[in-house]
Amino acid sequence: MKPPPFTYHDPRSIDDAVALLAEKDNAKLLAGGQSLMPMLNFRFVLPDDLIDLNLIDGLAGIREDGDALVFGGMTRQRDIEYSDLVAKRLPLMKEAILNVGHRQTRNRGTYGGSMSHLDPSAELPTVSMAQDAIVTVQKKGGKRDIAMADFPMGYMMPSFELDEMVTDIRVPLWPEGHGYAFIEFARRHGDFAITSSAVLLDVDSGGKIARASVTVGGVGAAPLRVTAVEAGLTGETGSAELFTEIAEKCREIDAMEDVYAPAWYRQHLAAVLTRRALGKAYSRAANGTEINLK
Amino acid sequence: MSDRRTISVTINGETYEREVETRLTLADFIRHEVLLTGTHVGCEHGVCGACTILLDGRTARSCLMLAVQANGHEITTVEGIAPSATELHPLQQAFQDNHGLQCGFCTPGMLTTLIEFLGDNPDPTEQEVREAISGNLCRCTGYQGIVAAALDAAKRLQGAA
Repeated sequence: MKPPPFTYHDPRSIDDAVALLAEKDNAKLLAGGQSLMPMLNFRFVLPDDLIDLNLIDGLAGIREDGDALVFGGMTRQRDIEYSDLVAKRLPLMKEAILNVGHRQTRNRGTYGGSMSHLDPSAELPTVSMAQDAIVTVQKKGGKRDIAMADFPMGYMMPSFELDEMVTDIRVPLWPEGHGYAFIEFARRHGDFAITSSAVLLDVDSGGKIARASVTVGGVGAAPLRVTAVEAGLTGETGSAELFTEIAEKCREIDAMEDVYAPAWYRQHLAAVLTRRALGKAYSRAANGTEINLK
Repeated sequence: MSDRRTISVTINGETYEREVETRLTLADFIRHEVLLTGTHVGCEHGVCGACTILLDGRTARSCLMLAVQANGHEITTVEGIAPSATELHPLQQAFQDNHGLQCGFCTPGMLTTLIEFLGDNPDPTEQEVREAISGNLCRCTGYQGIVAAALDAAKRLQGAA
């Protein structure tokens, strides 16, 4: 048998799940299982207790709430992919989700699971960072919100406590007609990206960039907002020269190095992908103009 | 110490009740408990796609699920695809006619994946087919025949509809 021995729990409510989390010292939460199950099969993780969230009612779903979409932690990646609401209001997420694994894994994999696993190049945390999402976590006796900026603590390490679980992700919406682009480079389709770039642009009627959000995945220990690029875009009119020059700032990011790619290569990809994403996002903005960058 | 549960799972229309260890994967349950060995186990960590089954009509990698999680659900394995013991499903027939299988190891996962995909997208392009099977590895590298079979099957299924 591949997975190590554990005691299996299948609570039917969030309250029961967090009560178990509070009580058990070495427990793991099982969401879609597309990362945890391989880790169990390899015996990288050896939990005494496994708490399956799949039978909890009301932990999945996508709803519009004022100027945001709210996703239940157990919302499947497939349901994001096929959601009309996401396609219409969160086009960046729609574009990114098609790069998440494969159809078999998207059928099971969840938003909350991806956020909790927090792979540095995972698409949903990168989009969440770009959109300034707010993550709601709950433990026995209370819940709290964590702004995306404070959510990653380090490599694959979200800032919530061991007795807390992700229940909702609130994703603020950008105005209709905003520009967006998600571009990644991976060795094979469906792999975790080596590097990705997510761009949101709000362009005013004069073609000036009123607001910019630029995020790179796979470069740092967690998805990073590139504030130096954002600052250089705000108030400017989009142009091939501007985007080409400003994207070069991505080469100054402190990048990680691993067996897949050296730091300089991730910095290079960040600059190239961000340049392309800026052009694509500006072209897509209702008030933007066509800018094609290689 | 062994944590056990009694589960009831419907596979290809037949319901099986078994007492299993909670850490048993669904793939091992299908192969070792129900003795349906058509579902193949390759990498056992969700990369190769050979163990793909349909869970309530949606593909899933059976090595990345626990058998207990299938309790009360309906599963279709490769053995449940053909309409009868003497008749192949149009997708299976297209695989045979287009040399869509060589050693056959990846075939169960390819078939289950493509059945769901062709249901979602009855008239796919070649690129869409290639993306759909990107989560299924063929060590014979026989993708050309598999893609041709999928496109042929799409035509056959549309003709039948």
